[in-house]
Amino acid sequence: MSKARTERAFFWLMRGATYFIVLAIAYIILDIVRHGLPAISWRFLTGFPQKSGAEGGILPAIVGTSCLVIGAIVAALPVGMASAIYLSEYARQGAFVRTLRLAIVTLAGVPSIVFGLFGLGLFVLFLGFGASILSGSLTLACMILPTIIVSSEEALRAVPQSLREGSLALGATKWQTIYENVLPYSLPGMLTGSILGVGRAAGETAPILLTVAAFFLPKLPRSVFDQVMALPYHLYILATQHPDVEKVRPMQYGTALVLLVLVLGVSLGAIVLRSHFRRKYRW
Amino acid sequence: MIAAHWKDNVVRWILLAAASTSIVVVILIFLFLIKEAAPFAHHPGLRELFARRWNPVSFQKESFGLLPLVTGSLLVTALATAVAVPFGVIGAIYLSEVAATAERELLKPFIELLAGIPSVVIGFFGLVVLAPWVKAVFHLATGLTALTGALLLALMAIPTIISISEDAIRAVPMSYKEASLALGASPLQTIWRITVPAALPGIIAAVMLGMGRVIGETMAVMMVTGNAAIVTFSPFESVRTMTATIAAEMGEVPFGSDHYRALFWVGIVLLLATFAINLVAQKVLKRYRLAHE
Repeated sequence: MSKARTERAFFWLMRGATYFIVLAIAYIILDIVRHGLPAISWRFLTGFPQKSGAEGGILPAIVGTSCLVIGAIVAALPVGMASAIYLSEYARQGAFVRTLRLAIVTLAGVPSIVFGLFGLGLFVLFLGFGASILSGSLTLACMILPTIIVSSEEALRAVPQSLREGSLALGATKWQTIYENVLPYSLPGMLTGSILGVGRAAGETAPILLTVAAFFLPKLPRSVFDQVMALPYHLYILATQHPDVEKVRPMQYGTALVLLVLVLGVSLGAIVLRSHFRRKYRW
Repeated sequence: MIAAHWKDNVVRWILLAAASTSIVVVILIFLFLIKEAAPFAHHPGLRELFARRWNPVSFQKESFGLLPLVTGSLLVTALATAVAVPFGVIGAIYLSEVAATAERELLKPFIELLAGIPSVVIGFFGLVVLAPWVKAVFHLATGLTALTGALLLALMAIPTIISISEDAIRAVPMSYKEASLALGASPLQTIWRITVPAALPGIIAAVMLGMGRVIGETMAVMMVTGNAAIVTFSPFESVRTMTATIAAEMGEVPFGSDHYRALFWVGIVLLLATFAINLVAQKVLKRYRLAHE
C-alpha cells in the first residue's frame, strides 16, 4: 500500500532530522576530546602560563573559575533556597507573588552580557569593588538565582502534603514543620537542581568579561578583591586575540576540554545524584 | 509556645526578604543600565543613536547609530530561527510521538546536554571547524559570516525548543489521538492534524524562548560573525551583533565617555527586546496551560 509507504518515509525523515542533531552534538564533543586530550598533561593542569598563554599551564584559570563558582554559590544558594521556601510554603496568590514570579522569569531571560553591564555599573563602579572575584561572583550569583529558585521550588512541591499536615496536627509550628519534615526530604533535590545552574555559571564568559577576568595574570589570587584569570575567558583570548593562533591550537583545545569536562562533569554528577534521590524518596 | 510563634514570625520575614531579592535585582538592573546610559541624552543627544553608522572611534566625527547593530542581531536571529525551528519541532515530534520509550529516555537528555556546553566552547568549535567549512562550501573570502554565527546559534536554541515543545506535545490528551485514530486517520495524519495543532501554543512559546536565547547569546557570535558593523541582509557577509559590540568594545572604552554610554544604550535595547519576547512567550504558555486544565 503506497500510503503506508509514504508514512514510513516521513517517519524516517523525522528520524533523520533528529539523529542529525544528535550526531552534530556528538561531533562537537568528540572533536574537542580528540584534539584536547594530547594537550593535557600534569604540567598543563598545574603549571602557570608563559609567553601570554602560548606555553605552560592553565592553573590560574582553573583556580580563578573555581573561586568564581564557589563565590556565586555562597551568595546565591541561601537566597535562592529561602525564596523557594517562601514561594512554596508561605506565599498566597496575590499581587506580590505575581510580581515575584514575573521578576524571576525576567531575570532568567536577561542576556548574560547585560548581567555583565549591570555588574560593571553596580559592583565594580558604584560599590567600588573594582574588577575582582567579589564583583564577578556576585554578578554570576544574580544570573544563577532564577535557576536555583525554580529547581528548589520544584523539589519542595514534590514533598507530599500529608507530611506537612501530620506535623501541623501534632502541634508543630509552621517553621518546625518545614524544618523537620519538609526540608530533609527536599534538600537533595534542591541541591542537585541548583548544581545544574552552577554548571552554567562556570562556563559563562560574558558576565565575567566586564567584572573580573584578567587577560594574563600568572599568579594565584590572595583575596576576594583580586582579579583572576578564568577558563572561558582564557579560551576566548587564546582563540581570537593571540598573534599566532595556529601555533597555540593545542593549548586552545586543551583549555576547551578542561572547561567542557568541568561543566559537563558537574552537570552529569547532579543528574546522576538526582535520579538516585528520586528513587530513594518515592511517595 | 509564645516563643515558638515569635520565632516563626522572624523566619517568615527573613524568607520574605530573601524572596524579594529577585525583584530588587531586576529593578537594579534597569536602574543601573539607565544610570550609566542617561547622560548620553544630554550630550551628544539621543538623536545620535539613530544615525546610520556605528563608528565610535574616529578622529573626525564619532557616530553611534544603533541601526547596523540591530540589523546584525536581527539577521543572525532570523537565520538561526529559520534553521532551528524545523529541526527543533520535528525533533520534538519524533521524540514524543514516534520514538520508542527507551530511545526517548536516551536521546532527550543527550540533546539537553548541548544546552550545558559553554557558549565559548561552541564558538571555538565554530571558529576552528565550522567557519573553514562554510568558507569552502560557499566559496567565500572568509568563513566568518552571519550564516556561520546563525548555524551555531541554531544549535544552541535547538535544546530549548525540543525540550519545551516535547513537553507541550506530550501534554496533548490521549483521547484526542485515540479519537482521531478510531475515525480511521493514519498515525501521520493524527500527528499533523490533531496533535501538533493542539500543542501549537506550547510550540510557539518554545520557539520564542529559543529566540530569546539566540538574541542574548554573546561569545559564540562574537567569535564567528566577523564583527563588521554594516547594514546588510546577506547571510554571507560579516555582521556585528548588539551583544558582540558590548563584549568586544567595553574593555577598551574610557569610563564615562560617550562611547561607554552608547554601549549601555545597546544594553538597554537588548534587555527590552529579550524582556518583550519572554513576556509574550510566558503569556502564551500560561493561556495554553489554562486551556488544558
